[in-house]
Amino acid sequence: MESNRNNAPQSAHAATAGGAEPNYINAHKGIWSWMTTVDHKRLGLMYLVGVLSFFAVGGIFALLVRTQLLGPIFKGASGKQEWLFSGDTYNKLFTLHGAVMVFLVIIPSIPASLGNFFLPLMLGAKDVAFPKLNLMSFYVYILGGAFLLFSIATGAIDTGWTFYTPYSTTTSASVISAVTGVFILGFSSILTGVNFIVTIHKMRAPGLTWTRLPLFVWAQYATSLIQVLATPVLAITLMLLAIEKTMGVGIFDPKLGGDPVLFQHFFWFYSHPAVYIMILPAFGVISEIITVNSRKQIFGYKAIAMSSVAIAVIGFLVWGHHMFTSGQSELASAVFSFLTFAVAVPTAIKVFSWVATMYGGSIRLNSAMWYGLAFLFLFTIGGLTGLFLGTLSVDIHLHDTYFVVAHFHYVMMGGTMTAFVGALHHWWPKMTGRMLNEFWGKISCFFVFTGFNLTFFSQFLLGTKGMPRRYATYLPEFQTWHQLSTLGSYLLGLGFFITLCYMIQSLISGAKAPRNPWGARSLEWETDSPPIEHNFHVQPVVKHGPYEFPEIDHSMSTGGGH
Amino acid sequence: MTQPSSSHASSAGHHHPKYLAHHFESMAQQNASGKLGMWLFLGQEVLFFSGLFLAYVLARIIYPETFLAAHELLDWKLGALNTIFLLTSSLTMALAVRGAQVNSKPQMFYNILATLLLGGAFMVVKYIEYSHKFHDGLLPGHFFDATKAMHNGQLANIPGAPAIFFAIYFVMTGTHGLHVLIGMGLMLWLLVRIKRGDFNSENHVYLENVGLYWHIVDLIWIFLFPLLYLVR
Repeated sequence: MESNRNNAPQSAHAATAGGAEPNYINAHKGIWSWMTTVDHKRLGLMYLVGVLSFFAVGGIFALLVRTQLLGPIFKGASGKQEWLFSGDTYNKLFTLHGAVMVFLVIIPSIPASLGNFFLPLMLGAKDVAFPKLNLMSFYVYILGGAFLLFSIATGAIDTGWTFYTPYSTTTSASVISAVTGVFILGFSSILTGVNFIVTIHKMRAPGLTWTRLPLFVWAQYATSLIQVLATPVLAITLMLLAIEKTMGVGIFDPKLGGDPVLFQHFFWFYSHPAVYIMILPAFGVISEIITVNSRKQIFGYKAIAMSSVAIAVIGFLVWGHHMFTSGQSELASAVFSFLTFAVAVPTAIKVFSWVATMYGGSIRLNSAMWYGLAFLFLFTIGGLTGLFLGTLSVDIHLHDTYFVVAHFHYVMMGGTMTAFVGALHHWWPKMTGRMLNEFWGKISCFFVFTGFNLTFFSQFLLGTKGMPRRYATYLPEFQTWHQLSTLGSYLLGLGFFITLCYMIQSLISGAKAPRNPWGARSLEWETDSPPIEHNFHVQPVVKHGPYEFPEIDHSMSTGGGH
Repeated sequence: MTQPSSSHASSAGHHHPKYLAHHFESMAQQNASGKLGMWLFLGQEVLFFSGLFLAYVLARIIYPETFLAAHELLDWKLGALNTIFLLTSSLTMALAVRGAQVNSKPQMFYNILATLLLGGAFMVVKYIEYSHKFHDGLLPGHFFDATKAMHNGQLANIPGAPAIFFAIYFVMTGTHGLHVLIGMGLMLWLLVRIKRGDFNSENHVYLENVGLYWHIVDLIWIFLFPLLYLVR
């Protein structure tokens, strides 16, 4: 293993010397070649464009929500006055923000875009196991998105992204088209999951054993397991919801003899594991970014890999912590509370391992690493506040307040989206063949980090003071914190806008990217930037782990074990 | 009909049988991938139906007397007939896969045809059952019509929530019937491909996967039949 560590990249180099083979972008021309492509790299790129577009849409909804909360303008002691939007419009805005961000952005974000692009490359494969299925997943995703947009156009939904019954089955809003959209999106998610699991099992390059897989691959594996096993439960839930709404069946409606808490069980049986669909790929990204930019063998490889799987498994058994106040039995609540605490253990193992990886490393503070460090701060806060909410007695006080809103935004936005943007900075050179502007990358990261904390830390404080979520107005004593939060959201938006600008600039006039700008060791860096159509000139043979950095190994030899 | 499998030689990039996709190294890899993919898909099928089974269990716990009384309105003889149809069709499906393994085109073709016809027979019986229910007003939710049911000589009074029972009956058997229809569509396509000579002992993972799918459809019915028709 040690002696052969440099062989693979050199042999790949030798093969390129012959002539410039076209890359995956210019190998075929015309819009039709993109629409019918089965190349995982092109599909990854198409997903990326889709996800980022919907991210902009969801972001605009978020800014509108925050702008509404700048007001209202208070009048006298008696009452408040509406500002900007009516209560109904506000309900639709936060519902659309949630539904778009969850189903169209965060769930497909890292797996469908970067996972599609990099999984086969990291495995040394020519493509995913089922390329045509992959193309189909993409169109299914677009179709599901179209249904959600149709629902917005025909009056929008005001149920919250959770579609709780019996409100969702009795409201006049266009719930049917929205849940049909989510149902269809679920298919896309399942098919992608199946594709990835088979790819990881069957398509690994010679020598690429399970313990030599990059941790991004392990994270994708755990994610795919959840996608395949949890998503169908959401599908059947939404189907029952649609049938209940159209035929007045009454499985969920207490007025007709049904049980509304059953819907919550159904819904969260998917939607809590879905939280791990959202965060696990981010963990994988962070394992790559932190390790490559610390130039040191990762601390606790197996612990990190196994903790991903542990999170996936335990994550299936914690859904009841969403129902502590819904009339669930005390015993069930106590068990769910315990299991919720249990899932914090593998999560903490990861965070400690990343910090230990940096210790004694040779840290390169590029913009990807800035985002990686931002992730560590934000995700740790998000994770620990989850324990507050997993504690029965505390949750009674904090349930359905801004504390919950702040908690899951720290995890989903501060965690997943920060990691996603960090991953874009890390892999952008490989995907596009161009470098990003490092200076502006750090500026935008600064705005994102500051803006994010201003937006959501103030919401923790609002929550502990008793500000309930999903209200268009509030009492005067909350106004200062709300306005700070809104100010933060504008900074956050500005940060992402800067990112968009220098990404476009990079595509037009960015410096040409070398094959391996960060000196990483995993397979995707051994092919050209951007990669050729079939990924590798010759079938790579793996002779070392993904994080064996030669030059730092020597200086660390006195450091011991890892 | 084509050259024998040569999974070792093909790793050098030569020797590709025409049905080996470009991104696989060998038929062994391609077949194993296809089958693993199908098993994962079946896993999600099980979880998809598990939601319905959970709804069934909960409704039955809340309304045991409804389930006992309302199930009398289902014809267990027709249900049993359908069970026989599906079980036999699983046998013919397995024989078709065997036909592929021994390179027998007629054995594949006629067994798939038999499976298709048995699936069709299942749907015909289901159609007869459904039209009775429609005629008697035994329908889900607010389409449930107690007076019409009484008028047609059915049980005068079902306690609890009969509308929920028939909702669960129609959703479960309807979702299952949809799976049967999809399976029949896949089998039509199989017949075309068998005629075309697409399958042989080395390359029949597609046929085998349809078989796996068909068996799970059968298996789900094995649970649906006693749960809905044989309540005690």
